[in-house]
Amino acid sequence: MSSIKQVINEAVEKGKEVYDKVRQPNPIRLRDLIRQIRSAKTAAEERSVVNKECAAIRLTFREEDSVWRCRNVAKLLYIHMLGYPAHFGQMECLKLIASPRFTDKRIGYLGAMLLLDERQDVHLLITNSLKNDLKSPTQFVQGLALCTLAAIASPEMARDLADEVERLLKSSNAYIRKKAAICAVRIMSKVPELLEMFLPATRNLLSEKNHGVLITGITLITSMCVQSPDTLDHFKKTVGNLVRILKNLVMAGYSPEHDVQGVSDPFLQVKVLKLLRILGRGDGQASETMNDILAQVATNTEATKNVGNAILYETVLSIMDIQSETGLRVLAVNILGRFLLNVDKNIKYVALHTLLKVVHQDNQAVQRHRTTILECLKDADITIRRRAMELCFALINPSNVRTMMKELISFLETAETEFKAVCSSKCVTAAEQFSPNTRWHIDTLLKVIIAAGNSVPDDVVACTIQLIAESGEAEQQYAVAELWQRLSAAPLDTQPLLQVATWVCGEFANFLSLVGGGVSEGEVVAVYQRILWSSQCSAVTKQYAITSSMKLASRMPGTNSLVAQMVSAYGSHLNVELQQRGVEYTQLFTRYDSMRGPLLERMPPFERSRLRVSQDAAAANAAAAAAAAPLANGLHNNNNNDAVAAVQAPSQSDSNALLDLLGGLDDSANDVPVQVKSAPLPPAGTGSLNSDILDLLGGLGGGGGGDSGGTLISRTVNNGGILDTGLGSASNNLLDDLLNNSSSNLNNSTLANNTINSTNSLPVSTLPSSDEYGSLTIYERNNLRLVMTFQRQDSLTTITLTATNSSTSCNITDFLFQAAVPKSLQLQLLTPSSTSLAPAASLTQFIRVNNPNKAVLRMKLRLSWFADGVKIEDQNEVNNFPPALWQY
Amino acid sequence: MQFMLLFSRQGKLRLQKWYVAHPDKAKKKITRELITTILARKPKMSSFLEWRDLKIVYKRYASLYFCCAIDQEDNELLTLEVIHRYVELLDKYFGSVCELDIIFNFEKAYFMLDELVVGGEVCETSKKNVLKAIAAQDLLQEEEIVELALRDLGLI
Repeated sequence: MSSIKQVINEAVEKGKEVYDKVRQPNPIRLRDLIRQIRSAKTAAEERSVVNKECAAIRLTFREEDSVWRCRNVAKLLYIHMLGYPAHFGQMECLKLIASPRFTDKRIGYLGAMLLLDERQDVHLLITNSLKNDLKSPTQFVQGLALCTLAAIASPEMARDLADEVERLLKSSNAYIRKKAAICAVRIMSKVPELLEMFLPATRNLLSEKNHGVLITGITLITSMCVQSPDTLDHFKKTVGNLVRILKNLVMAGYSPEHDVQGVSDPFLQVKVLKLLRILGRGDGQASETMNDILAQVATNTEATKNVGNAILYETVLSIMDIQSETGLRVLAVNILGRFLLNVDKNIKYVALHTLLKVVHQDNQAVQRHRTTILECLKDADITIRRRAMELCFALINPSNVRTMMKELISFLETAETEFKAVCSSKCVTAAEQFSPNTRWHIDTLLKVIIAAGNSVPDDVVACTIQLIAESGEAEQQYAVAELWQRLSAAPLDTQPLLQVATWVCGEFANFLSLVGGGVSEGEVVAVYQRILWSSQCSAVTKQYAITSSMKLASRMPGTNSLVAQMVSAYGSHLNVELQQRGVEYTQLFTRYDSMRGPLLERMPPFERSRLRVSQDAAAANAAAAAAAAPLANGLHNNNNNDAVAAVQAPSQSDSNALLDLLGGLDDSANDVPVQVKSAPLPPAGTGSLNSDILDLLGGLGGGGGGDSGGTLISRTVNNGGILDTGLGSASNNLLDDLLNNSSSNLNNSTLANNTINSTNSLPVSTLPSSDEYGSLTIYERNNLRLVMTFQRQDSLTTITLTATNSSTSCNITDFLFQAAVPKSLQLQLLTPSSTSLAPAASLTQFIRVNNPNKAVLRMKLRLSWFADGVKIEDQNEVNNFPPALWQY
Repeated sequence: MQFMLLFSRQGKLRLQKWYVAHPDKAKKKITRELITTILARKPKMSSFLEWRDLKIVYKRYASLYFCCAIDQEDNELLTLEVIHRYVELLDKYFGSVCELDIIFNFEKAYFMLDELVVGGEVCETSKKNVLKAIAAQDLLQEEEIVELALRDLGLI
């Protein structure tokens, strides 16, 4: 028996020993852990030390060990700072806070501020602890709680603890009062409606002697004034107090407690100045009260040290913001002028930053410092360069635009990529506003595009093209010469330049022969081949180039075969847009060669509705993305504002072809179809263009009831359609639709859209004007009226037939129009826009007649339709076509 | 002030204080980004950075960078003074402070900051008052330790 007892006892002893060995002795001290971690030679070693320690810490956490909790949380906070996860310490922090020991609370609150933020859901727990500690008899415990609350209060905490804080704001203890004031700021910012409850206690804070309470009190009042205009009025009457506080600070002699390098409490001074600014803004009376003291601060503050300049800086801001006297403003700008010449980069930056705010109020005063500001463009510090650049743009005026632009362009050349887009956009805006003449303007834009390389936003490209397109011939010739030089030599990796250059050289290819000793056709084609076959060129650039090459071919007939070759090779390009262009243009070379010339005629000058240079490079990039994306994207990229503006802008001018389209619609009684000569080039990216045009068409369909006799672009497509959302599914084999007479409402819009979309600037020009032929009513019986209008291109006449249901009640369905012409002519009937006609509705159908022998045009018609289900058939012969259609 | 970071020339974070809530991930990203940007700047450059919609004010003291993020309407020159004030306080407290002091006593550095800046706002402009408050709290802790030791020995 005894031996069994002995064995058991031995076993228990052994177990105890093992247990003691396994159980961690006291956890290592924070100091030792830090040493261990710092002695780790590699990141992996450090990680293993940290992981081991974290495991140990977790273990003691789990054992609810309260003796070592404080030490462990402290270690965890260190580990947290190294970037390791430490969220498992959150609950331990709360336990520490709940401990009665100050040491525990101090670390606990520190941990809470580091490991929790207002997103954590442990807040309910901490709110209780905070509530208790805010009532603590020990000021430092209250202090810890206030400090934590000010850093991490969530809206719920703010609501729950606002009462406590308000109570402490009235405490007799300055140490508590100042911290409570900051807590109140936080609480108000989380729950604005709690502002009211702090108002009564706040009033007394301004009569404090203690600077800590004063500065936090002013902080509280400032945030109240910013938050609520009513409170702002309420505190207007404290201007006198604030002025007195400031005066005491400035005038009082040396006070060691608050002195900073000879300046008395700069922190407080700056706070007061800031609040004065808010109170004096837009208030003449308040401004007057503070004029004197501002002048005093501005003249008496020592400007040799940073601290003095901090006050002067704040004073200048206040002077410029309130309704101050003129003399005071001059003083303020002079201070900034001195700042600008300061060798200290910080002061220089502050000067630039502030001058930018002042420049709109007092341009002349800032102009005086122009040379210095231009110098800052070359500063090594990006922060200073950015400010200087913005200020330079604000300083440009008609008299200095040449020199300023020269400096800015040389800045642009060497600037960081992040500057280039913004800077080039701003250059374009400034050039637009102040350019002395077109030649200079063109020169400048080209320089900008060259200097900014690939960072040029799309709208800058569009602006440049627009400018050249609408300038005189001499300028165009000049631009061609300049750009040809670039085009033939430029590296292929700068897309914007290539885009402008190809557009201009194609559009005005006739000037190429005048460049230098004349450019040979072979040279030109070689350059285009270089671009089109290069892998460095973007798809958009190639779109420009391929359309441009078509223009080229029509201007320099010698290049025809080579261009045709290039273009047809693109018929199998991987990029859908380019492929489509390839196929379309190949068709133009082959089956529709006669249309090619007129189609590719020169663009008329664009409608300049407004300057659309976006300041925002990101927006420009988005537009570029939209431009590069195929049709469907453009459709969805519907910027309503743009569209509305675009509709309005052209409506004031009859030069806009799309307007003609609209006009023709409204004028349907007139029955004169209007021709689309071209689509306008947008000043901005294609994305918005698409939506503009779509909206135009949309408006057309909606407003006009779908009756229109416009001929759009290639005359094969009718324009009667209501733009519906089905457009999104528009096919890419548009050309087939287009040329194979299978037009439909859908195709019409698709075409308009696509052709314009195809290259930002594809000039879709061109039928000669043809209202001269008038309109001809060929049939008017049985509630049906048929009217023809004509357009002729050489031997090809396009007739637009408009059928109108002139009854008020009868519905026409299954409308069928058939026609025959003499044998020497060829006739082609295209699909009508519809086959049914509601009362008063119209449909259109295109008829093409080829008359190479100039024979007299006659036509026999056969008509059939159902009127309210009753079949009607009729025949007619038309012999009175305008002779001008064949006598030419 | 939105946050304050202390980091070494090697890019090691020594102290971080956030007055505006961010998820942990965002904090890490911001810290990394700022440390890299600031360390890449040359000594003669200005102490300011325009970063997102904030102004970053930083200053180097020996091997440590002090970096504050302030709002657009805040005074950057004065922020330099706040940083300087903090350094002076640490200096007084530790007696010519060095990076190691802050590493090994990081909690003390936090306590000091909490007496100077609360919720992102300066709350005490007198150095004396700050040091007094810290000393009093340190004393509280010491008393607790003594009390604990006495209790362990069974004397109270």
